[in-house]
Amino acid sequence: MTPNALTRSTLAAALALGLAGTAQAVEYGTLDTAASRVGFRYTQMGVTLDGQFKQFSAQLRFDPARPEAAAATVEVPLAGIDTGSPEGDDEVKAKTWFDTANHPVARFVSSSVKPLGDNRFEIAGQLSIKGKTRPVSFPATFTPGTPTATFEGTLPLQRGDFAIGEGEWSGFDIVANKVDVIFHLVARPLAQ
Amino acid sequence: MNTRYTSTAIALHWLIALGILASFSLGLYMTDLSLSPTKLKLYSWHKWAGVTLFALIVFRLGWRLTHPAPALPDTMPPALRLAAGAAHWVLYGLMLAIPLSGWLMSSAKGFQTVWFGVLPLPDLLAKDAALGDSLKAVHEWLNYSLLGMVVLHSAAALKHHFIDRDSVLTRMLPRFRKS
Repeated sequence: MTPNALTRSTLAAALALGLAGTAQAVEYGTLDTAASRVGFRYTQMGVTLDGQFKQFSAQLRFDPARPEAAAATVEVPLAGIDTGSPEGDDEVKAKTWFDTANHPVARFVSSSVKPLGDNRFEIAGQLSIKGKTRPVSFPATFTPGTPTATFEGTLPLQRGDFAIGEGEWSGFDIVANKVDVIFHLVARPLAQ
Repeated sequence: MNTRYTSTAIALHWLIALGILASFSLGLYMTDLSLSPTKLKLYSWHKWAGVTLFALIVFRLGWRLTHPAPALPDTMPPALRLAAGAAHWVLYGLMLAIPLSGWLMSSAKGFQTVWFGVLPLPDLLAKDAALGDSLKAVHEWLNYSLLGMVVLHSAAALKHHFIDRDSVLTRMLPRFRKS
C-alpha cells in the first residue's frame, strides 16, 4: 500500500465511523426548503384537485432516539398559495376565503409526538388559520437518511372549521368541506 | 330504397342538435363569468354534456355507417352531391373533435373531467398552462367552424325545402302521426 492509499483508506474509515456515529445521535432540525413540499388536495364538483403552498417555513427538532421531545412549528404565508389556476389563486385571498390581508399566515404548532412504531408517529397540535385555532392530530412517517431525513403525512381538515369559504361558498356541494394538507418535509441535522 | 332516415337516426340528429345548441350557448355564457359556485357548476355541466354528446355522436356515427342515408334527389347536380357529402363528414368530424379538444384542454389546464362527478376520464395530457391556452383556442376555433357549418347545413336544408321543394328536409323530421 502506498502512503497515499493508506491515508485515503484511513480517511474513508474515519468518515464511515463518523457518519455512523452521527446517524445514531443526530437531531434533525434544519428544513431543506427546496426539497420540501407542502400541498393540499381538495374536491370541487366531484373533481379532486391538487394545490401547493409555494412559501412555508418550519422549525423542527426531532431526535429519533427521543421522539416524545420532538417539536415542530410550521408557518405557511398564504400569499404563496397555488390552487391550480390564477383565477383560483386570486379568489382564495379574498375575505370570504383566507382573508390574507388580515390573516396572512397559517400556522401549526405541535403539542405532542407519540410513537406508533415502525417510524410512524401521531402528531398533535394546534392549527391556526384565519384567526381560528383548532386542535388537530394526524399520523406522520419518518424516513431516516443521510444526510437528510424525511417527514411526510397528511393532515385532514374541514375548511368550515376555519371559515375558509364563506357566503356563497359556505355550502359544501360545490367545494367539499374536507381538505387534505399533504406535507413532505426534508430536514438536515441541526448544526452543532 | 328508403326515402327517409331511420327513426333512430332522426332521434339522434335532433337530440344531438339540441345538445350542441345548449352546450355551445352555455360555453359562450360561462367563460365570461367571474369565479363563483355557479361558474364551477356550469363548467362541470358543460363538460358532462360534452362527454355525453361525444358518446351519442360515436353511437350515431356507428349507426350511420351501418344504416346508409337515403339517396339524394336525382335532380341534384353531381358537384352539389359531392359538396353535401363532404359537408356531412366535416360536421361529423367537428362533432367528434370538439368534445375531444375540450377534454384535452381540461387536462392541460389541470382540471380532470369527471363525468357527472362520478366517472373520471383519464388525463391524456399533463398539466401545462401554455398548452391549455393553445387547446382553448383550438376548442373555440373548432366551435366557430361548427357554427359556420351548422348555418350552411340549415340554409341548405331550407333551400331544399322551399326552393327545390324536395324531401331532403322532411325526411329528417320526426313523424308524429302514423302513415
